[in-house]
This record gives sequence, C-alpha cells and structure tokens, in this order.
Amino acid sequence: MSGTGFILIILTSFFFTGILIRTKSIFSGRKGPGIFQPMKDIWRLFHKENVYSQTSSFIFKIAPDIYFASILIAIMMIPFGNQKGIFSFNGDFVFFAYLLAAGKFFSIISALDTGSSFEGMGASREALYSFLAEPAFFLLMGSLALLTGYTSFSDIFSSISFDSYISIAIGTLASFVLVLISMIENSRMPVDDPKTHLELTMVHEVMILDNSGFDLGLILYATNLKFAMYGAIIANLFLTPGKELYYSVPIFIGAQTLFAVIVGASESFIARFRMSHNPQFIITIGSVSLLIFFAVLLMLGKYI
Amino acid sequence: MSLSLFIILITLLFSLLMFFIKESWAGTIALGSVLINTAISSWVAANAVLGHSFEEIINTGVVFGDIPIRVDALSGWFILMMNFTVLTGILYGRRYMKHYENKSGMLSLHFASYIINHISMIGIFMVQNSLAFLYVWEIMALSSFIMVIFDYKNPETLKAGINFLIQSHVCILLLTLGFIWVSTQTGSYDFDAIRQYSVSVSPAISLSLYLVFFIGFAIKAGFVPFHTWLPYAHPVAPSHVSGVMSGVMLKLGIFGILRMLVVMNQNYLIIGYIVLIVSIISGVYGVMLAIVQHNLKKLLAYHSIENIGIIGIGIGIGAIGIGINNPYLAFAGFAGALLHTLNHSLFKSLLFYNSGTIYQTLHTLNIDSMGGLIKKMPHTALLFLISAMAICGLPPFNGFVSEFLIYVGLFEGVHSGSLSIITFFIITIAGLALIGGLALLCFTKAFGIIFLGQERSQFEHEIVEAEPSKLFPGYLVLVFIMAIGLFPQVFIRLLINPVNVFTAGLENASPSLAMITNIKSISLVAWAFIVAIASIWAIKHFVLRNKKDVIAPTWGCGYSAPNSKMQYTASSYVRSYRKLIGPILIMNKKEGDIKGVFSSPIFSHTHPYDKMESILIDYPLKILNKVMSRVRFIQNGNMRYYILYGVLFVIIIVLVSLLSGMATYVFNLLKQ
Repeated sequence: MSGTGFILIILTSFFFTGILIRTKSIFSGRKGPGIFQPMKDIWRLFHKENVYSQTSSFIFKIAPDIYFASILIAIMMIPFGNQKGIFSFNGDFVFFAYLLAAGKFFSIISALDTGSSFEGMGASREALYSFLAEPAFFLLMGSLALLTGYTSFSDIFSSISFDSYISIAIGTLASFVLVLISMIENSRMPVDDPKTHLELTMVHEVMILDNSGFDLGLILYATNLKFAMYGAIIANLFLTPGKELYYSVPIFIGAQTLFAVIVGASESFIARFRMSHNPQFIITIGSVSLLIFFAVLLMLGKYI
Repeated sequence: MSLSLFIILITLLFSLLMFFIKESWAGTIALGSVLINTAISSWVAANAVLGHSFEEIINTGVVFGDIPIRVDALSGWFILMMNFTVLTGILYGRRYMKHYENKSGMLSLHFASYIINHISMIGIFMVQNSLAFLYVWEIMALSSFIMVIFDYKNPETLKAGINFLIQSHVCILLLTLGFIWVSTQTGSYDFDAIRQYSVSVSPAISLSLYLVFFIGFAIKAGFVPFHTWLPYAHPVAPSHVSGVMSGVMLKLGIFGILRMLVVMNQNYLIIGYIVLIVSIISGVYGVMLAIVQHNLKKLLAYHSIENIGIIGIGIGIGAIGIGINNPYLAFAGFAGALLHTLNHSLFKSLLFYNSGTIYQTLHTLNIDSMGGLIKKMPHTALLFLISAMAICGLPPFNGFVSEFLIYVGLFEGVHSGSLSIITFFIITIAGLALIGGLALLCFTKAFGIIFLGQERSQFEHEIVEAEPSKLFPGYLVLVFIMAIGLFPQVFIRLLINPVNVFTAGLENASPSLAMITNIKSISLVAWAFIVAIASIWAIKHFVLRNKKDVIAPTWGCGYSAPNSKMQYTASSYVRSYRKLIGPILIMNKKEGDIKGVFSSPIFSHTHPYDKMESILIDYPLKILNKVMSRVRFIQNGNMRYYILYGVLFVIIIVLVSLLSGMATYVFNLLKQ
C-alpha cells in the first residue's frame, strides 16, 4: 500500500487552492468562489488549444510536460506516515530536490524561449530565489538525518518523535521552514503575489505569460500539486508511526487544510516585499535551518 | 618488445611523419596515432579496472635506471577516461582545424603536439618513478603550451599561453621539490620509496611532504586559489584543446592528489579536512564567477573550477571516511569523486566542442550578442542543452549520479562522526546545494541567452548548422552522458576496483553492494521520469488531436512593436545576482552618459575581474616589480657591462674557491 500517500496528495490538490482562495475571500469580506473553482478553471483550460509565440521553439512546447512530470515523480517519493512512498531509497530527498530543479530548469528556459522582456525578468528572479532557497532545504534534511540517523524520507519521518521540549521546538521550526520554502517554491506572499496585475512585480506569473490552453492548465495544476506536496511533507512531521489509517488520514487532511488556511490568512494580512528585500528574506530561512541544526546537536548532546 | 616502448615508437613515427605530408592530412595522421595508442592503452587499462593489474619494468640504462610501469585500477580508470576524451577531441579537432588549413603553417606542429601530449598523459598515469614522472609531466606541459598558443599571432593568446607556461612550471617546481626531498632521504626515485619514507618519518613531516605535492597538483587541477591560469588559457586555445584541457588535463592534478594519497597512506583525516575546505571554496567561488562571465569559453573555464571543487569534496569525504574507518563513507566519497571525474570530462568536453562550433559560425564568443540559435543550429542546441543539464547535476543525466553519491556520503557521515565531522559535513551539504543552485542560474543563462529568443545582433555571414562529421563526436559523448544517467549501476560496478585501491585496508570493506542497490533505484526513478514526460506528452497530443496550434507574436504587454533589443540579455538576467554578491566581485563598469536632448548613442560595458587574482597574483607582482626596479640599473643594455658581469662572476667563483681553501687551511692550523 505504498500508493496511499500519492493518492491522498492528488486528492488534496483538488481542493487545496480552493480553500486558500476561499480563506482570502472570507477575510476580505467577500463570498468568494467554491473550493473546486480552481480545478474547474483548469479543466476548462485542458480543452483549449495552445497558442505558441512565433519566437519560441520546441523547448517551449515540451517544458510544461517536463515541469509537470518532475512534480508528479517528486510526489511519488513522499511517504505517508510509516508507509513508504512509491519510490523510496537512501538519499531520496536529494533526488526529490534535484528533480524539482530539473523541472524548474525547463520552466526557466521556456520563459527565455519567448524572447520577451518581461518573461526574462521572471526567469531571472525565479532562478535567483531557488538557488537561495536550496541550501535551506538541504540544511533542514541534513539536521533531520542527524536527528534520526536515517537518510530517506520515509525512514526519517517514521522515526521522528516529539517527546521532549527540544524536539517539539525542532518540529515547530521545521514546519516553519517548510511552510516558507513552499511559499517561495509556489511563488506566494510575501515573496511574490500571484494576484498582482503588474508584470514588473511578478515572479512566477510573468514567466508563464505566453503559455495558454493545455500547457497553462498543466502549469496551474502543477502549482496545486506542489502545494499539496509540501503540505504532505509538513503533515508527515506529525504522522507518527503506528497510527491506524482512520487516524492518519484525517490528520493528513486536517494538516493540509490548516496549511491552506494559514497560507490564505497570511496572504490576507501581509503585503509583498520589495523585490530587493526578497533575497534577505530567503537567506533568513537558511539561518532558521541552521538553528534547527544547532538544536539537534544540543538534543543529541554532541556539544556542551 | 615491451608495450610502453611500442607506444613511444608509434607516436614518434607518426609525429615525424606529420611534417613530411600535406597539411590537410595531418589531422587524419593524428587520428591514426591516437586510435592505435588508445587501443593499446585502453586494453591494459580495462584489464586493470577489472582487476588484473599490469606491471613491467623498463631498464633505461644509467640516467633513469629501472622505470617501473604500473597500471592499477586507479590508473586504469583515469586512462580509460582520458582516452575517450582525447579520441573525441581529435575527431572534433580535425574538423575544427580544417578552418585554419594553409593559413598558419602551424597545423602539423599542432597535431604532432596533440599526439605527444596524449602519450605523455598515458605516461603520467603509468610511470611510477619520480624522475621519469617529472619528465613526462614536463613533456605534457610543453606540448599543451604549444597547443594553447596555436593562434600565436594574437597577443592575448600569447599572453595567456605564457601565463599558463609559468604557472605550470611553478607546479613542476613544487613536484620536483617533493621528489628530491624524498630521494635525498632514501636515495631512490621509485614511488615505493615515497611510501617507505612517509611511514618512517613522523606524521607532521609526512603531512608537510603531502602538502607540497598537494599544492603542486592543485595548481594543475585548478583549485582556488591556484586557479588563475585557467580562465585565461582555456578561452584562447582551439576548442578541442580546451575540451581536452578542461576534461582531462585538469584531472592529471586530481590523479596526482589521489596517487599521492595512496602512496603516502598517512594522516587521512587531516588531509581529508584540508581537501574538503579547499574544495568547497573552489566549488562555490568558481561558479560564482562563472555566472558573471560574458565570454562563453571563460564561463566554461570557471565552471571547471567548480567541478574540480565537487571532485575534491568527494576526495575529502573519502579520505575522512578512511580516517574514521567508515567503509561506506569512503566508498561514497571516492566513487563519487572518480565518477564525477569521468562525468566532467564528458559534459565539459562536449560543451567546449559546442562553443567551438558556435565560435566558428558566429566568430564571436560574447554571449550577449548571440540569441535564437536553436532554430538555425538545432543539433548543437540539443547537445548543449543536455550537457548543460548534466553539468547542473540534474537527473536523468550523468552529473546527477556522481553528485548523488557524494550527497549520500555526506548524509551518511553526518550521523556517524564526531562534532567536527558533523559540522564540516553540514557546511559541505549547504555548499553543494548552493553550487547546484548557482549552476542552474549559470546554465539557464548560457543556454537561454545563446540559443533562445531572437537574434540579438546581425551577422553578415549566414548561420548554418555544423556538418555531421563535426557533430558526430558530440553525439558519441552524448551516448555516454545518457548511459551513465540511466544505467548508473553498471558504472558503479566498474568503480569497485578503483575505489578498492584506497579502501583495501579497511575492515569489512564491502559497502558497494548496498550502494549498488541504492543506485539501482536512481535508475528506476530516472526511467519513471522519462516515462512520465512521454505519457504526458502523448496525452496532450491525444486531447488536442483535433485542434490546431495557433501561432501568434509574443505577448508584449500591450506594446505593439517589440524588437530583439528589448529581450533580456545575459547581463540583465544576472543583474540581481550580481548586486547580491557585489562584495565578492570586482566589476569594472564603463558607462556613457546621456547628453543633451538628442543624445549620441550611449553604452554600458561591464568587465568582471577575479578578486582573488588581484589580491594573490597582481598585488604581489606589483610589489615585486617595485623591489626589482631598484636593481634594474644592472640590466642597462650596454654590452660592455654585461662582459664585465661575466668577468666579475668568474673572478668571484675563483676567489670563493681560493678563499674557502685558505679558510680551511687557517682553520686546520688553528685546530692544531
């Protein structure tokens, strides 16, 4: 039953963005769309033909497929509680990170493929932010590997346990880092505002200005999947082993919903940073990861 | 006749032949020689990698004495790697050099030095006598110098070439120092003497001997801060030579570091730390500077420094693994380093061949004036794209496999070591992740600006794809890049013997099985990734089977007349990055101001410069120049003075010997 996690993440991805948007609309005093509206939009896009720029080449045509595939395979590596993901091996999170990077590589060059002045801007920012966020993720996984003594997603998550104050602190900090990384990776506030209407201030949205039809549907759905994927990693921190399915599934769904509500709430109350402040913010995440590392060292009694 | 003598004879014959035939045949003759030498040495090397070492002793009379030729699995691995790149290099080079036929008259000399360089490299990997080693090393340095300065009429080329020549001799100086040190103590030039000497002395002395060798080899390998020759020499050399230099010759330094590690099996832990620190700095610094380069080949040259850093990280982990007696760590580190050595030789040579093709088509290497090449040169674009992804370490290509091995080693080491190892490894993990992210930025820039978008400047000549014979060596390399990425377990198996050279002394040293099972999963997921891409592509085409793609102009946000000058350029793509790392860089910027209402054309030029070079090379040179200018009056150009110096020299020599004789006499008198 190693596919449970995969199926659950796919299911969550159907309503994740819906909940997020609904939260935002409630906070701003609107009724807002139903929670399945984003999926309906994507479904409609899947039936439309593609419009390609005359500047673009085959890179632009295959990039959405590769981007989507990279996220799909990455999801297959996420475990569910004590059940392994579909692919599980030592160091699978390294593959996870590099696979996402491969998808990102293509989304960046497909933006450059259109020869647009705006899309290059988005591509530049995306590449910059992702290289800044990369060390934070690896520092976090390194600390967790040190804490648990294992080097794969499923082993780490199934042996993590919160039985002391420091470990609770580590868990909190880890979820904090993961939430922030997922905000950067999904281009949400406070790094990027998906609802902005000025190309100059966009990051991810400006990269996909020229995508349309089926390709745009793929990219938008990939964003939903990515959210659900990070939500699943966070939920995994709290799915301690031994829990039966009728406990763990509600915990999983609950954690995902809570994550979506937190993202929606934070987007309602904070404004986007100035572009020049984003790197500082992202480097801060790296330092929080370092904090986790020191906490782990403290917990293991490696230094006094 | 012994094998080694046969190879030497073949090479001499072919290089002599080179000067008696038409210039247009020189490339083919060189290819013939490379093929024969490759076949012979690869056979020996392949056997060694599979576990049958080769050993013979050549007696050369009074000068060298007995020269032991030993090919163990480590040498074998390097010889196989080197042979492949030299072969694709000559396949590409003989087409590349067609361009210069009957123009310079240097073609025969160039190809002759190419094959002599090949055989000297084989020699470096095989010879285990320090005197003979220095000789083949010197032949290698000189022949590569001749290849670098092929375009000697260009002053920039000559300057870079001389820079290269001087720095390679600083390297040779250090190696000579190390070898003489040992031979004065032991009286033997055999590598075995180094082994015995390093065991017999105290660890501190053996460590300092190792460091002498390490710095010598680090200059060749291009570790920061010994890298300054590299970004000059690679861009000015013909592209196939750059490919071979970056792909293979830097690895001679890596080989030297590894060989000395085997020979002087002492102080593994401390050596591991030193190599690790130097490597992280090299890796991060190399890629940081690569990003801001506008010259394609210079960008690739800085990337070589980065990759040497990654290889060094592997060596450092492996050495620490032996130091703390952890076979799994040692295997992951050394296997990662050796595999990355091979991988780098593949994708880097391919990137240099591609840059050569681009250069011969556009006659420029400035990234900012390129653009939209993918439509006119689709094959070159595909080759460049895949090698760029491979060098970024992205799955499913080969670069990922070796980086993965190193990562696995690091994460494994994190929970099996002391506090200092944990801290070092965590820093290394963050550094390696940073390198990966920066490489992504660098190669999306390189590929995106060179091949995508619209043409950024007009060229008078027509831009056409290179002929198939020029693309063939590229596709040959591509096959291996894909093979290592998709079937890594095969290559890990081949690595068992080479790694065993280091780990043979460890207890229960059989971590390779666990590693191979793990690597098999990589292969599985890589295939899954490809299948996923293919099926999504198929689904898309099935859903849209009745709909036609619409072609429209790029969305200009309402502006109706966008032109190619409005595209993002390489400089603007990395601008925010450049601002971010400002303090580490030296950026020389020249800008023209807008004057008046109808301004004349304005410009903005940026020239990145290496801060480390300005501190470590330029500043000391300035001081040296100042000091030396005080004694410059000696060299006044007047012949009579020079004769006087000669006479003075003779007189001093005679006086010294006389006086020393007198001194001894007086001393003896006093003693009585």
